[in-house]
Amino acid sequence: MELTKIEDLIQKYHEAATSIAEEKTLQLYFSSSNVAQHLQHYQVIFGYYKHAKQEKFETKLILQTKKKTTTWLSIAATIIIMYGVGVFFTVHKSQTVYVTELGTFNNPEMALKETQKALAILSNHLNSGIESVNYVTEYQKSKDRIFN
Amino acid sequence: MNQNEFLNAVVPFKDKLFRMAKRLLVSTEEAEDATQEVLVKLWTKKENLPNYNSIEAVALTMTKNYCLDQLKSKRANNSTIVTSNFTDNQPSLQQKLEDQDSLAWVEKIINQLPHQQKLVVQMRDIEQFEFSEIANVLEINESAVRVTLSRARKTIRESFTKTHNYGIN
Repeated sequence: MELTKIEDLIQKYHEAATSIAEEKTLQLYFSSSNVAQHLQHYQVIFGYYKHAKQEKFETKLILQTKKKTTTWLSIAATIIIMYGVGVFFTVHKSQTVYVTELGTFNNPEMALKETQKALAILSNHLNSGIESVNYVTEYQKSKDRIFN
Repeated sequence: MNQNEFLNAVVPFKDKLFRMAKRLLVSTEEAEDATQEVLVKLWTKKENLPNYNSIEAVALTMTKNYCLDQLKSKRANNSTIVTSNFTDNQPSLQQKLEDQDSLAWVEKIINQLPHQQKLVVQMRDIEQFEFSEIANVLEINESAVRVTLSRARKTIRESFTKTHNYGIN
C-alpha cells in the first residue's frame, strides 16, 4: 500500500472518520514489518490494541439457582411450623381433658368423704397457724399491765 | 432459557465485558468480580432476555454502569491520601523497567483518559464495534461518540509521541 494513502487514513483516523474496514487496513499495515520510519510509533499503539483484544475472562461462572432453593426451603419451613403448631394444640387439649377428669366423683358418698378429708387437712393447718400466733396475746397482757 | 442456553448465549461476549471492566477498574480481580456480577444479574433477568435486540449490548451497558458505580462508591468511601509529598521524584526501578515496554506505555496513556474516552477507545479500537453499536451501549448519540473518539485518539497520539521520543533520547 502506498504511503500517502496510509497517511491519509491516519489523518481520517484521528478525526474518527474511518470505517471499520479502513481501520482494519491500518491495523494490517502496522502489523507488517515494513512500516515507514516516521510512523513507527503507531505500530506500538496498534500493536497494543491487537494485544489487548486477546485478554480472556477465565474465571468459572457460578450461576446460583437461588430462587429454587429458597422456595423449597420456605415450603419445608411452613410444613414444619404447621406440624409443630398442630402437635402443640393436640397435646395441650388432651392435657386439659385429663385435669378436669381428676376432680370429678361420680359417687356422692365418696365425694363427701374426700371433701371432709380436704377440709380436715385445711383446718389442721389453720390451727397450727393460730397456735404460733398465740404469743402475740402475751404482748397484750403486759401492755394492759403497764398502761392500766 | 436454561443454564446451558444462557452460557452459550454469553460465551461470545463475556471476554468483551471483562476487557471493558478491566479498562475502567484497571485491577484484574475487580474486573473479574464485576464481570461475574453482571453475568449473574443477567442470569436473574433471563426471562426478559429474548425481548432484547442484542443481549451483548445490554450486557455491555450493564457492565459500564456497574463499573462507573463501583468507581464512584470507591471514591466516596476512601478518602484519598495525597502522597505526592512523600514520593521521591525519581521513577522507581519497576517503573523504569515498565517504561521500556512500549505496550505498557500505551496502556498507561489510555488509562489516564477520562472514563468516557476510555470506553470509546476500548469499544472502537480494541473491540472494533460500529459507531451505532457504541452509541447504543453508551447511551449517547453517534456524533458524540465520534467527537469523544477523535479527542481520545489525538490525546493518545500526542502523549505517546511525547513519551516515546523522550524515552528514545
